[in-house]
Amino acid sequence: MIQYLLLLLPIISALVIVLSSQRAAKWIALIGSTASLIVAAVFAVQFPHWTTGGFWPDLNTSPILGNFGVDLKIGVDSVSLLLVLLTVFLTPLAIAGSFSAITTRMREYYAWFMILEASMLLAFMSRDIIFFYVGYEFTLIPMFFLISIWGGPMRGPAAIKFFIFTFLGSVFTLTSVIFVAVRHFDSTGTWTFAIADLVKFSSTQLSAREQFWVFVGLMSGFAIKTPFFPTHAWLPLAHDQAPTGGSVILAGVLLKLGTYGVFRFALPMAPIGAVECSTFFAILGIIAILYMSLVCWVQTDIKKLIAYSSVSHMGFVVLGLFALNPIGLQGAVMYMVNHGLSTGALFLCIGMMYERYHTKDMEQLGGLVSKMPVWSFFMIIFTLSSVGLPGLNGFVGEFLCLMGAFVAEHDQPAGYPGVLGPWYAVVAAIGLILGAMYLLIMLGKIVWGSLREPHGQEHAQDHAQDHGQAHAQHAEIQLPTDLNFREIAILAPIALACLAIGLYPKPLLNAVEPCVKDALVNYPAVIDQYNAKRGLVNPGAPVKQAEAKP
Amino acid sequence: MSSFLPMGPKILVLTPEIIVFGGSVVTSIIGLSRSKTLRKSVPLLAAITLLASLAALAMGYSHEAAEQAGVLMPHFNKIIKAIILVVGIGLVAISVGHIDRRMEEAVARGATTFDPMRVVRGEFYSFMLLSICGAMLIPGSPDLIWLFLALELTSLPTYIMVAMSRGTRRAQEAAVKYFFLGAMSTAIFLYGFALIYGSTGSLQLSTIRDVFTDQSARGGIDTLGITGLILCILGFCYKLAAAPMHFYAPDVYEGAANPVTGFLSFIPKIAGFSALAVLLSTVGWSGHAGFSETGALISGLPAPILATLWMICALTMTLGNIGALLQKSVKRMLAYSSISHTGYMVLAIIAGPGLGFEALLFYLISYGVTNLAIFGALSGLQKRGEDVESFEELSGIGRRYPGLAAWLAIGSGSLMGMPPLLGFWAKLMLFMAGVQAGHTPLVIIAAINSAVSVWYYLRLIGVPSLSPPGTSSEGVTKGPSSWPRFAGAVAAVTVIVLPLFASRILGNSAEFAPTNAKPTSATTPTAPVSTPKQTTGNSPQETPRQIDTQIALHSSPTRL
Repeated sequence: MIQYLLLLLPIISALVIVLSSQRAAKWIALIGSTASLIVAAVFAVQFPHWTTGGFWPDLNTSPILGNFGVDLKIGVDSVSLLLVLLTVFLTPLAIAGSFSAITTRMREYYAWFMILEASMLLAFMSRDIIFFYVGYEFTLIPMFFLISIWGGPMRGPAAIKFFIFTFLGSVFTLTSVIFVAVRHFDSTGTWTFAIADLVKFSSTQLSAREQFWVFVGLMSGFAIKTPFFPTHAWLPLAHDQAPTGGSVILAGVLLKLGTYGVFRFALPMAPIGAVECSTFFAILGIIAILYMSLVCWVQTDIKKLIAYSSVSHMGFVVLGLFALNPIGLQGAVMYMVNHGLSTGALFLCIGMMYERYHTKDMEQLGGLVSKMPVWSFFMIIFTLSSVGLPGLNGFVGEFLCLMGAFVAEHDQPAGYPGVLGPWYAVVAAIGLILGAMYLLIMLGKIVWGSLREPHGQEHAQDHAQDHGQAHAQHAEIQLPTDLNFREIAILAPIALACLAIGLYPKPLLNAVEPCVKDALVNYPAVIDQYNAKRGLVNPGAPVKQAEAKP
Repeated sequence: MSSFLPMGPKILVLTPEIIVFGGSVVTSIIGLSRSKTLRKSVPLLAAITLLASLAALAMGYSHEAAEQAGVLMPHFNKIIKAIILVVGIGLVAISVGHIDRRMEEAVARGATTFDPMRVVRGEFYSFMLLSICGAMLIPGSPDLIWLFLALELTSLPTYIMVAMSRGTRRAQEAAVKYFFLGAMSTAIFLYGFALIYGSTGSLQLSTIRDVFTDQSARGGIDTLGITGLILCILGFCYKLAAAPMHFYAPDVYEGAANPVTGFLSFIPKIAGFSALAVLLSTVGWSGHAGFSETGALISGLPAPILATLWMICALTMTLGNIGALLQKSVKRMLAYSSISHTGYMVLAIIAGPGLGFEALLFYLISYGVTNLAIFGALSGLQKRGEDVESFEELSGIGRRYPGLAAWLAIGSGSLMGMPPLLGFWAKLMLFMAGVQAGHTPLVIIAAINSAVSVWYYLRLIGVPSLSPPGTSSEGVTKGPSSWPRFAGAVAAVTVIVLPLFASRILGNSAEFAPTNAKPTSATTPTAPVSTPKQTTGNSPQETPRQIDTQIALHSSPTRL
């Protein structure tokens, strides 16, 4: 029952917050989200399939639309569980990070935050595709309110753009899912939306043409959510305008819903479609990596820079996913977790700096190391993790994604043939250099150099008022020059997690491996067929096909 | 072919309608009473009438009696009536305090004495009940005359309700517009009825069905019959507010008072859909499209009718959504939104009995309840005794009336199809029905449209709750009665809670099949599963699956 407790805790906290007073709201939210973290930790300890793959708990539950096979079926495998842990880990930190920034309508803010947590957990934990969709789609509502009430000066358009882009994509995802469910009903006579059944049916029974369209439909939703290169237009604005806590969750968890969708649904459901589109999406990934790096290079707003860098980093995830081999997929999953940690932390750092200077403009800031040494220390750690410095977490995922693409050749002797190849990895690797360049330039501007601060505190406060963040209470909460204990307590756990994953990623990789192999079970055969059609014969093909069967 | 119908079962089947009719007579008299308490009790009386009728329906309705009385689709008939009655109670509740507001205020101030010649409350509720009575009669129509009279009984009172609801020139204009265009649409489907009579030689729907079956067995339904059916569909489009007969909707919805707009966007629509379902059941969704070259039966609607409905469906949802994007008035926006929802529901009509009808009914429930939440909130507000109409007037009212802003937001969320609200599940079932019937392109058009609709529904969420209060929203206060707000609250809670009970509401889709459908084994639910070979006939789309497959597969016999 612990899984239901995990889902219900945030909802209960939200209800309690609504009924409580404005002052108590933040503490209830913090307690509620910490309780979720503890419950999730217990859940993770109980989870029996860390190294063997498979879902737990495996229960049948009462149906909601019984005649149509929609069940509230909850269960996780190790990939979902990692993302659940990421969610419950980041939520209390983001809530604590909002303590001094959010001074108006606090009850609503924290209530929406807890609802957001609940719907993210539902999306990651659901084993019924409709309930995944419910969670996936419902994240829009709390995020819409978080951006449009507590956001920056352009919050209205940002929230609407965010909502409409994502909604537009996900209706196609829903249509694809319905199509697969109806075809399943036509051939078996029972309705089901259980992920395992639909994946099994769709990957083996649908024709190549149907798989192609199912894949395109599924991807149009996930590509916008992730976001892939040409559909990223909503992201910089939404990130830039969202309040700090919202940005942390948006970058840390919500973007992963898109790549999780690709991993969990699009790839296993339509292998033929995925193989046919893989070069296309890999190229989109590479464009995202390179082009967005260049865009980052010319940003003067730090928050926008980090937002664009998210798109660029998601390019690596896309490349890893479409390598279609275990290395690439492991890399993608690792990257999802690591990006959540480091980018979430960067947004927290920027939020803390913004509360002190009320500007995110790099031209107005500089040499902050002399004023805020502790802040600078954390900023440097997270930036380096984001750059992919070996020894920190970012490196593991990045390296595996590139390696996955590198070895994805048609005559790959290591077991999994692919349709990409070394060239994809080589071109994408340029992104590493560009990434280091723009992030280190950012560090150089704001952390090092001579001290520059925005002139005039009155000016800054007016600015704050313009930004929709009431400054009346600003006087009430006095922040010290450097980070206070609360802020250090927020950043330190993330920094430790970054370091731990960076130094010893093996347990995570072991946990992810069986799930990745499950997702790829049909691929070797499909890729060999596809390559044979292109005239590229894999010498070891029949053997691998036999391997793939069981 | 006897035109004599057994009177006993007929009366039994009609008890709910008889109760509603009786109620309408009583309300019209009580409304004239000099006693203020009695006058005030008119809406209560109307609601009690509807409740009594609902009880009669729940206890006295039997499928056998309905079949004997010539009802083509007994289960469909029952559920449609239940939906009309339940939503009808809500519609009565949201109209409390609106009619005769000026007069009652003047009497209360002592500025004038009560004058029975100048009040309309009794008539208003009487007409409301009459219109509901007409809508309830439609799904059980055994013949064309009945169908025609029931449709007129639904429509005629609504023309008057529009005119008397506000006493402004805009309302008069709307009523006249509504009346003349309505008369034209009546002429169109009446001509259609005449052509169907000419083609089949009967007014009895069951006879018409048999004749059509014979005709299609001999090479297709004749042109006269098909033309008649298409004219009927076009005439019904007016009731549904479907393209190409939708142009009146924004003007009329804007002109009428808020509660009446709520009424217009639901009762005529459900009446039109039941009429469409009843009429099309004579050509059936199974085995009437003719024969393929190999002699196999082609399932689905006849090709010309399918093509007509296909175009109506695609046009209606697209035009509705595009129109709604451009509106400044909330009511015009809701009018266009109502048009687009008609478009989605036509998809269910195309999909046909079984899953399609189940989706249609579920969608009607969802739309009716959601509409109540929105119109309940709108009717619960006033600005100097007038209706609230524009987005500016709603701007920032969430600061003062958070509840009303929340009902609006929940309603909009449900209309846009946001999970886990009721509208999402309705849309999910609708899309399932559409895909299963082989109309994936239409489903994709519907999906794109529902994404477009997000833009204007977000405004209805955002303007009341997020925008700062403006000059035009300052004078907005609560309305005279709290009943509309209460009805809105109940509807909004229902929108959230009802999905949990969704599977228990509808029973199962097998029961939505017409009785005595001759050419298939539709009446024997135990028929073995025979997956029909899908053949491509003269229809441009893939042909829908035969209903007997669906029936055999939905086998758990739960009933409402």
